[in-house]
Amino acid sequence: MLPYKCKLELEDKTVFEGFFFGAKKSVSGEVVFNTGMVGYPEALTDPSYTGQILTLTYPLIGNYGVPSDEKQDDLSKYFESDKIQVQALIISDYSHNYSHWSSKKSLSEWLIQHDIPGIYGIDTRKLTKKLRQKGTMLGRIIYNGEKVDFIDPNKRNLAKEVSIKKPITHKRGNKKITIVDCGAKNNIIRVFIRRNFTVVRVPWDYPFLDEKPDGIVISNGPGDPKKCIKTIENVKTALSQDIPILGICLGSQILGLAAGAKTYKLKFGHRSQNQPCVESGTNRCYITSQNHGYAIDADTLPQDWREWFYNNNDGTNEGIIHISKPFFGTQFHPEASPGPDDTEFLFDLFIRAIK
Amino acid sequence: MIQKKNSKLNKVLILGSGAIRIGQAGEFDYSGSQAIKALKEEGVKTILINPNIATIQTSDYLADKVYFLPLTCDFVEQVIKKEKPDGILLSFGGQTALDVGVALHEKNILKNHNVKVLGTPIHSILDTEDRDLFVKKINEIGLKVPLSKAVKNVDDAIKAAEEIGFPVMCRIAYALGGLGSGVAYDKKQLLEITKKAFSFTKQILIEEYCGGWKEIECEVVRDRYDNCIVVCSMENIDPMGIHTGESIVVAPVQTLTASEIFKLRAISIKVIRHLGVVGECNIQFALDPNSEDYRIIEVNARLSRSSALASKATGYPLAFIAAKLSLGHNLAEIQNIITRETSACFEPALDYIVVKYPRWDLQKFRRVSLNLGSEMKSVGEVMAIARTFEEALQKSIRMIDLGMNGLVCNNLSFDDLDKELSQPTDKRMFAIAEALKKGYTIEKIHDLTKINPWFLYKIKNIVDIKKKLSKSKLSSLSSDLLKEAKQKGFSDKQIAIITDSSEIKIRQKRKKHGIVPYVKQIDTLAAEYPAKTNYVYLTYNASEDDIDFKIKRQVVVLGGGAYRIGSSVEFDWCCVNAVSTLRALKYKTILVNCNPETVSTDYDICDKLYFDELTLERVLDICEKEKPLGVIVSMGGQIPNNLAIPLYESGVRILGTSPENIDHAENRHSFSKLLDELGIDQPAWKELTSLEQAETFAEKVGYPVLVRPSYVLSGAAMSIALSRNELKTYLNKASEINKDHPVVISKFITGAKEIEIDAVAKKGMLFCYAVSEHVENAGVHSGDATMVLPPQRTYLETMRRIKTISKQIAKALNITGPFNIQFIAKDNDVKVIECNLRASRSFPFVSKVFKINFIDIATRSIMGENIKPIDKSSFDLDYVGVKAPQFSFMRLKGSDPVLGVEMASTGEVACLGDDFNEAFLKSLISTGFKLPNKTILLSTGPIDSKAEFLESTKILNDMGYCFYATGGTAEFMKANNIPVELLYWPLEEKEPNTLTYIADGKIDLVINIPKNIEKEELDNDYLIRRKAVDFDVPLITNLQLAKRFVESIQRTKISDLKIKSWDEYK
Repeated sequence: MLPYKCKLELEDKTVFEGFFFGAKKSVSGEVVFNTGMVGYPEALTDPSYTGQILTLTYPLIGNYGVPSDEKQDDLSKYFESDKIQVQALIISDYSHNYSHWSSKKSLSEWLIQHDIPGIYGIDTRKLTKKLRQKGTMLGRIIYNGEKVDFIDPNKRNLAKEVSIKKPITHKRGNKKITIVDCGAKNNIIRVFIRRNFTVVRVPWDYPFLDEKPDGIVISNGPGDPKKCIKTIENVKTALSQDIPILGICLGSQILGLAAGAKTYKLKFGHRSQNQPCVESGTNRCYITSQNHGYAIDADTLPQDWREWFYNNNDGTNEGIIHISKPFFGTQFHPEASPGPDDTEFLFDLFIRAIK
Repeated sequence: MIQKKNSKLNKVLILGSGAIRIGQAGEFDYSGSQAIKALKEEGVKTILINPNIATIQTSDYLADKVYFLPLTCDFVEQVIKKEKPDGILLSFGGQTALDVGVALHEKNILKNHNVKVLGTPIHSILDTEDRDLFVKKINEIGLKVPLSKAVKNVDDAIKAAEEIGFPVMCRIAYALGGLGSGVAYDKKQLLEITKKAFSFTKQILIEEYCGGWKEIECEVVRDRYDNCIVVCSMENIDPMGIHTGESIVVAPVQTLTASEIFKLRAISIKVIRHLGVVGECNIQFALDPNSEDYRIIEVNARLSRSSALASKATGYPLAFIAAKLSLGHNLAEIQNIITRETSACFEPALDYIVVKYPRWDLQKFRRVSLNLGSEMKSVGEVMAIARTFEEALQKSIRMIDLGMNGLVCNNLSFDDLDKELSQPTDKRMFAIAEALKKGYTIEKIHDLTKINPWFLYKIKNIVDIKKKLSKSKLSSLSSDLLKEAKQKGFSDKQIAIITDSSEIKIRQKRKKHGIVPYVKQIDTLAAEYPAKTNYVYLTYNASEDDIDFKIKRQVVVLGGGAYRIGSSVEFDWCCVNAVSTLRALKYKTILVNCNPETVSTDYDICDKLYFDELTLERVLDICEKEKPLGVIVSMGGQIPNNLAIPLYESGVRILGTSPENIDHAENRHSFSKLLDELGIDQPAWKELTSLEQAETFAEKVGYPVLVRPSYVLSGAAMSIALSRNELKTYLNKASEINKDHPVVISKFITGAKEIEIDAVAKKGMLFCYAVSEHVENAGVHSGDATMVLPPQRTYLETMRRIKTISKQIAKALNITGPFNIQFIAKDNDVKVIECNLRASRSFPFVSKVFKINFIDIATRSIMGENIKPIDKSSFDLDYVGVKAPQFSFMRLKGSDPVLGVEMASTGEVACLGDDFNEAFLKSLISTGFKLPNKTILLSTGPIDSKAEFLESTKILNDMGYCFYATGGTAEFMKANNIPVELLYWPLEEKEPNTLTYIADGKIDLVINIPKNIEKEELDNDYLIRRKAVDFDVPLITNLQLAKRFVESIQRTKISDLKIKSWDEYK
C-alpha cells in the first residue's frame, strides 16, 4: 500500500506535508503538543483533548499497538474514556508493525475504527517550536484538497459536550464520592473505586449537593473553565458547606473561579508527563502529568485561599488550598495515566478529610 | 524558590577510577570532571586521586590538587592523612572508587580521620554491593528479585528447582568464567548439569531464570529531601542473558506501555528511597515480555556507564547534578543547565531516539571466545541520535568503525545462521539482517534471538529498502525512494554500493533533489521551552534546521569516536585541550564525536557539539552548513587522520600539516623514500604480494621478520615471524583480512630499545618535544610498553640523533602541529620505525610530566599564532614519570595474556617519582599489581633469557623470596645454587603442579617468559599465564620488565613511595 499524502495547515498559513495512517478525512481543531514519550492510548482517549489536534513530540509512535476494549468495573480497562477524543493525531514516525502482549490492534486500525485522522511524516519538532513561539493555533487537516473551516473549539462549552448526560453509580463502600464530570478521565473514578468508595458520576451541570456526597471531585475536562457557568455556581454553593472538595485540572480552575479568583489562557499550555511542581512552603517537588491550556492567576486568590503548588519551571499556579476548609485543587493530574504517580497520595490526603 | 542550604565543607577528596579497562572506561573521566566542576562552583577545594594521567579530570585547571597514585586503601589513607579533607566522594570513580571507599570504611579510616562520605551513605552502598543484604532490603519493601537458592547436592538442587519453577539457571558458586553454568528447562537437564557440576564443585546456585525477558534500566536521582526523578529509561535490544555492556541499547524505552514504564519508575523510586541513595543510581530490571511481572536485577549506587549514556542521551548532566546533591542541595533549586530557564527537577522528554552500540575488539586477542553472554567484553561504545530507529541503528553501526557501512551492504557471510542468531557473537545484528534477506520470518528470528519483534520489524524495514533500492540504478533512482532510504539511515556509500554508483555521485544527486539532513537540538524538554543548547545532531527526518549558521570564525575539531584498543581517553584529552585553546584564541569551536563516554561530548566543552558520525559524508554535511574556517584532524587519533585526504579532496580546508604531507607519512613507500633521501636509517622492508616473494625477502634479510598490513593503528594483524613456517601461518591470516592489500615485511631487530618522540612543529620547525624510552625491548607494541620520561637508560648520543632526525623529518614534511615518531636504537644505531603526523597516545603523559601542554602549543601553531619559545630547562626534570599499560585479560576469558606486536592493553596509568624505581612501582601498583610477599613462580623461557635473568634471581633470593619453578628453569637454578622447588608443567598433569599452586593461592607472583618454540611448551606457558590471570596473581611475561621490577623492589620499599601531589614535583 502506497502512503497517502495529506497536509496540515495552520492558521498562519504554514503547511506541513505528511501521510495518512488513520481515517482519511478533513478536520479542524486547536493544534496542541504533548511531550510525553509513552501513553498514546491513554492520551488519545483523554476527554480534555476534545476539539484539539494532538501533536506528539516523541517521534516513534504506535510501537506497542492498542489494547483491547475490555471493561473492568464498568470502565474501559485500558482507556481514559470510551472513544478517541482528539480531532486528529500528528506524529513523525509511525510504526506500521507493533508488538506487545496486551495489544489487539494497530494504532492505525484503531484510529480508522473511530474515524479519526492520523498523520505521520511531519517534522513535529518544527511544528512544536512554532506553537511554542506563536502560541497554540488553529489548524486543519486537508484531505484531497478539501478545506474545512478553522473552528475554535474554545468558543464552545466543551465540558458540556463531553460530560455524561445522566448520573452513573459505581456501587462500592458506604462512603460516597460524587464526581462532577466535565470530561473526567476514567482513572479518577478507578482511584476511588480502588479505595472502596461508591462513586456517583454526575453531569457537569448536575446539582451534585442533592446526592449528599461525602466528598466532591470536580473533574478535569477540555476548554475554557469560564464556560462551565453552571458548575461554577454549584461549586460556589458547596463552598459555603464543609464537604471536602477536590478539583483536578479544569476542576481546579472551576474551584478557583468559584472562590473568586481569575483564570487565563496560557500561551501553549502544559501537556506532558514531566512537569515539576513545588509544594509551597516545603522542600518537596513532584513530577506530574499535565494537560491544560488555562490556569488560575494565583495573585487573584481571595484571602482565605493559598497557592498550594506552583510550577518550578514557569512559576504558574499548580494547585490551590483553602486555609481552614477541606477544599483542594490541583492543576496537574494526581491520577496520572499516563504519567508519574508521584502525587497519587493526594487522593489519600483528600480521603482523610472525608473520614 | 526553595532556599539554598549552606554546606560547611572546605575540602573534598574525589576518587577517580584509574586506568581504563573493560567494564570501566572513559565514562568516569566525564563523571569525575563534572563532580570537580560542581564542587569548584561551590568554592569547595578538591583533591583528586587518579593514576590515569590521560584524563581531563587530572588537568591542572580542574582539581586543586591531583595525586597520580594507586587507588588502594593504603595510598588513599596516606593522602587523607596529608590533606585532611572534610568529605569524600565515592560515586564518581566507578567500581574502583566504591571498593576503595568500602575498604576505607571497614578499616575505620574515614571515621578516624573525620572524613564524611558525601552523597549516598556507606550503608546504602553496602546494601547494594552485598547480594544477601540487597535481597533482604528489597524484600523489606515487598518488591521482587530473582529467586535463588544455594544447594550442596543433586537432590536439593531438584527440590530448589521445583520450588522456584523451571526453567532454572544453575550457577557454580565461585567459578570463574561461568564454567559449568547452564539453563535447565526440565528435571532431566537439571540432573545432567548438576551431576557434572558437583564433580568439581561443592556448591551451586539454583536461580530463577529470566532469560529472554526485557532488560530495562532506569537512572534515578534523589536528593536529601526525598525528591526523586527518573532521568532516563533505557531498553536493551538484546534481552536478559546478555550483559548490558554487550547489548545494543535504546533510549527511551520503545516497547513498553505507559502502565509498564511508570510501574518500573514507581518501583525505582521506592527502591532508591528505601536504600537512602543521595545522588544518582542505576536500577536494572527484567520485565516479562508477556505480562507486567518484573524482577529487580541490581542497583548500582554510583555513577555508571549507563548513567553516562543516559546523561548524553538526554542532555541531563547527571554527574554534575549528583555532585551538587551530595553537598546537600535540593534538586528543585538547581538550574537546568541546558535550558537555563527551567529547574533540574524534571524528567527529560526526548524527541529523538538514541541507540548505543558496543565496540568489540575480540579479534585482537588470541584464544578468546567470540560469544557474548553475561560477561562484558566490549571495550567501548558509540551513541547515535536520530528520529527513526532505522536511522539511529545504521548510524551507530557506522560509528563503531569496524568497516561496516551500516546494517546492510557489508562483506559478511555466516556459515551457520541459526547458530549465530541463537548464540550471539559481535556480528549478531548482521546475522539478523542476513536472515531477513534469506526470508526468515520475524517469528523465527524472535524464537532464535528472543529480541522483541518490534525491533525486528524495524530492522526488516532497512532490509526491505535495500531490496527496493537494488531494483534501481543511479539514473532511475526516484527522489522519493532516495529520501526514504536516507530517512532510514542509508549512507550515500551504501546507496552507491547497491545502485552500483559512487558515494560522490549519490551525494550530488540527492543535493540536486534537495535531500539534505537537518540539524536538531537536544534540549531535554522536546522543544517545550526555548533552549540555549549547543548540543545537536543531524537527521533526515525533519524539514527545518533548529539553528542558523551565521557564526563566523568557526573551527571544527574531529573527535576520536569509540574507545577501542589503541584509541582511548588520551585522544579525548587532546580534543578537549585543542578546543579549549581555540576558545582562548577567540575561535568558535565545533566538535564532532559520537562517544558517550567522553568529556569532549560534555555540555560545556565546545561552542557547538555535533553528536554524530565521523564519516566523510557527515563531516561534509556539517562543513557545508557551518562553513568553518577549517577542520583540525590531528587530535582525535586515526579516524580523523584518515579523513584528512578525502575531506581535502572534497574541498574542505584542513588546518595544520597539509593533507599531502599526512599522506606522505602514512604511505609507506613515499615515507621510506623520504627517509632514504634524508639519509635516515630504517629497518629493511618490502611490500610483497605473494608468499614466495615474502619468503625470499625474509631469507635475504634474515629472521625474525615483522609482518604487517599498511595503514593500521594498533597493530591489528601484525606479527613477528621467527621462522619460515611462522611466516606462512601469519601471512595466511593477514591475507584473509586484507585481500586487496599487499603485506609489508620488515627486518625485526632483536635486543633493541624502543624510543618515541612526541613533538610539535610549526612550519617545519621543531618547537617542543619529549623523548621517552620503553622498558621492554622493541617487539612489544608501544601501547603495551612501559614508558619512561625522561629516559633513564638511553645514551646521550642516541638522544641527540633522535632529535636531529625529528628535526629533519619535521622540516621535510613541513609539519605544523603535533607528531610522533617511533625509533629503535641499538648501540647508538637509530632507525625510524613509524611516524604519525597527529597527536599520539602519549601526548597527555608527556604534557603532564613536563607540565607543558603540548596540545595547547600544537593548536596555537596550527592556528598560526606566535608561540613563546620554551625555556630549555623546562625539559630538565628532577623527577621521573612512568606510564604503564593496563590489561583486561581477566575479562576476556581464555585470552592469552602475553605481550606482542599486537596491542592488547585497554588503558594506562602513569605515576611520578623522585626516581625511576619509585615511579615504576607506583605505576605497577596502580594497574592492580600486588607486590609479592614471599613466593615467586619462575619459568624463564629459553636458555639465554634464563641466563639473563640469573642476576635478578639471585637478588630475589637474597631478599628472601622462595622460588617455585618448572623443569628447565628449576634445573638451571639448581645448577646455579639457588634453592628452588620444582612444580610440574600443566600438561604433565602431575602434582605438585603449577596450576594447583596458583589456584591454591600459594604463588604471589608469576614470572613467565614465553619461549615461542614448540607448541606443547606454548600451551603449557599459556595455561600458566591464563591461570595466573584467572586467579588474580600478578604476572610478568617480559624479560626486561621482570629485570627492572627486581631492581626496583630491591632498591625501593613500599614505605619509600612518597605521597606527593603533582604540583609538588618541581
